[in-house]
Amino acid sequence: MSAGVIEASAAPVIETRDLSVLYGTTRAVKGVSIEIDANRVVAFIGPSGCGKSTLLRCFNRMNDLVPGANIEGEARYRGLNLYGPDVDPIEVRRRIGMVFQKPNPFPKSIFENVAFGARINGFRGSMADLVEKSLRQAALWDEVKDRLDASAMALSGGQQQRLCIARALAIEPDVLLMDEPTSALDPIATQKIEDLIYDLKREYTIVIVTHNMQQAARVSDRTAFLYMGDVIEYGPTDQIFTNPRETRTEEYITGRFG
Amino acid sequence: MSRPDTGSDFQPRAAQRGRTAKIFRWIFFGATTLAIVVLAVLLLDVLRTGATHVSWRFIVSYPSRFPESAGILVGLLGSLWTLGLTALLSFPLGIATAIWLEEYAPSGWLSRTIQMNIANLASVPSVVYGILGLALFVQWMNLGRSILAGSLTLTLLILPVIIISSQEAIRSVPKSIRLAAFALGATRWQTVSRQVFPAAIPGILTGTILALSRAVGETAPLILIGAAAYVPFAPVSPMDEFTVLPIQIFNWISRPQPQFHQIAAAGIIVLLIVLLSFNLAAILLRNHYSKR
Ligand SMILES: Nc1ncnc2c1ncn2[C@@H]1O[C@H](COP(=O)(O)OP(=O)(O)OP(=O)(O)O)[C@@H](O)[C@H]1O
Ligand SMILES: [Mg+2]
Repeated sequence: MSAGVIEASAAPVIETRDLSVLYGTTRAVKGVSIEIDANRVVAFIGPSGCGKSTLLRCFNRMNDLVPGANIEGEARYRGLNLYGPDVDPIEVRRRIGMVFQKPNPFPKSIFENVAFGARINGFRGSMADLVEKSLRQAALWDEVKDRLDASAMALSGGQQQRLCIARALAIEPDVLLMDEPTSALDPIATQKIEDLIYDLKREYTIVIVTHNMQQAARVSDRTAFLYMGDVIEYGPTDQIFTNPRETRTEEYITGRFG
Repeated sequence: MSRPDTGSDFQPRAAQRGRTAKIFRWIFFGATTLAIVVLAVLLLDVLRTGATHVSWRFIVSYPSRFPESAGILVGLLGSLWTLGLTALLSFPLGIATAIWLEEYAPSGWLSRTIQMNIANLASVPSVVYGILGLALFVQWMNLGRSILAGSLTLTLLILPVIIISSQEAIRSVPKSIRLAAFALGATRWQTVSRQVFPAAIPGILTGTILALSRAVGETAPLILIGAAAYVPFAPVSPMDEFTVLPIQIFNWISRPQPQFHQIAAAGIIVLLIVLLSFNLAAILLRNHYSKR
């Protein structure tokens, strides 16, 4: 289907062609070609070490910061070659936000954690409003509204992770990359984050890495199954979970992986 | 029901391991006690000899040929001037170097060479810095036997220590914090100045102030660049001649009259107070910054 002028959103937000990532000489991502459409939630699933985080980091050029990491092939964001010579990674990361696999709040107050990204990106509006809005979106506001000046390090692991989500939302990115955002959360907080993802879909495009099959099935529109650096299968989530084409996909999602 | 250990590959030998642990605990305790006892004996000896001579008059008086009217003022001001100037010169330079080495320098032979040289410089005897200071600052730069020449020499002396301890403080800031800042679209400078550096401040302060308190006690390099033993006037500018507490103390101790030995002890007490206030400042600053 070719994208018409009016249906600009039909063009993929993220598109890779034959994308590989090498750590030294070992190939962690092997020639992946994938398209992610606007206002969709895409889930990356696959066994530990298969390259999900590595692939995710290509989309906001965080792999630039990993010593020894090399990228081959092509990655595009709304048609723009992410690894083109005149692309500023700073600008890329401001548009494509990220929540890390491990919570990594700044050793500062809760307020400052959320405000930091907005501040460095020249936000001119009301910081208090922005912080409140972001914390509400990340389902953390009620727990911290009375102690915004307290250190973020004093929060529980799950609260820290939601703070990191709030922090990423505060710069109002276009795409949100989430690397196992709920792996440290209890079922209630997980539910809140999943609701959040559902809400955010209207404005954002989201890529989420998860080890939780039910979660992938619940929140995502499309699912990619990765195995040893390859995308084995990529398609509508319903189809992947009810009628996978590849036996390896089926074995993985049914827990019979050998 | 617990499984019997007999016939298994494990031999816990808990009693013996417990004994070993106890023995080492006593060894460590003994080492600490020994250090503290030696220090206490030294302190007591100095206090017994000098305490009665420490008075306001002693602190604000100029040196004199007569022990009953001699005071520490010139040495004290000389030390404070030198240290203030040394701090002003060495902190920015040392911390900036540490930041460059940790956050900017590409890892390769160049930064490895620089690193190795800094480590070597930290272990060069202080007299050597005195010789360098004499040639470079006193003679070549024509600064004379001034406080400035002394401060520049002490700056060279403690710079390697400041760089190394600041680097360690910067390195101990978790990598994940840098990544978090970059992922929000921060530049390297924003990441360093707003996240890494503030997080490293407590460690940097501890290291730099301890380096400075090492400079308080330095005598040899300052004697070499010509800090005089007898200076009758209190310094008022960086270009003035000066003496420092350790030199003044040494001067008194080397006189034959026993009364001078007593005021030397009083001088040592003043020097110790200066040192302790430095260390106290380091602790207070660290607590202040690590609470935020
Ligand atoms: N910084 C690195 N240097 C070298 N090798 C790396 C690095 N990061 C990841 N790898 C390797 O790349 C492969 C993919 O790692 P990646 O972190 O992308 O896996 P993952 O799918 O996210 O796993 P998990 O589910 O456990 O998070 C692994 O084999 C890993 O050992
Ligand atoms: Mg991962």
